Amino acid sequence: MNVSGEIIGAVLILIGAIFSLFSAIGIVRLPDVYTRSHAASKSSTLGVLCALVGTLLYFLISDGFFSIRLILGIFFVFLTAPVAAHVITRAAYRDKVPLAEQSVQDELKDYYMENEIARVEDKVEIVNYQTK
Amino acid sequence: MIFKTVLVIALCILALAILANLYRIIKGPSSADRVQALDSIGINLIASTAVFSVLLHTHAFFDLILLIGILSFIGTVAFARFIERGVVIERKR
Repeated sequence: MNVSGEIIGAVLILIGAIFSLFSAIGIVRLPDVYTRSHAASKSSTLGVLCALVGTLLYFLISDGFFSIRLILGIFFVFLTAPVAAHVITRAAYRDKVPLAEQSVQDELKDYYMENEIARVEDKVEIVNYQTK
Repeated sequence: MIFKTVLVIALCILALAILANLYRIIKGPSSADRVQALDSIGINLIASTAVFSVLLHTHAFFDLILLIGILSFIGTVAFARFIERGVVIERKR
């Protein structure tokens, strides 16, 4: 009983740590912000989820202790890590961080340029209205 | 005994991951890179706190996991707004 908890916890924690290492390798080696965001959000979230679930199962099996706080932590990390990555990537695009040289297409470009032109035209109209 | 060795190995791997993120923070060309690596360091810190709480066999660090998660998310969103608009809190719209 005790040993099985240790085995499950150790395996899950080791898998989580290895996924975190993969994510860190991706963060070092990938060429620009947008590709790095994949490594930073997906595999990193999976790694920390594996580690937290391993901790939860270890304490559940070996002690019989079920931690609501740990469940809350798992839920919160699972909810917020992709949102944070999306927010950073959007900020980088609005800040005009360039894409990598070998990237093939930029589908957001036309849409974003239209929005930018519309915003500028709005400003021009407002200025014209104020000067009249 | 083997269990504790595995946990220490996992901690070493997590420390390596944090070091790699630190390299990206120092080198990163734009500030979005740096914020992204900082967010990733926060997530790795959560994982290593969980491993520590198993290694020391205590329940005391579970609050800390939740706290680091919330602080990391708020910091990331604030930095992203700062990069995007130049201010964190807008007074008038």
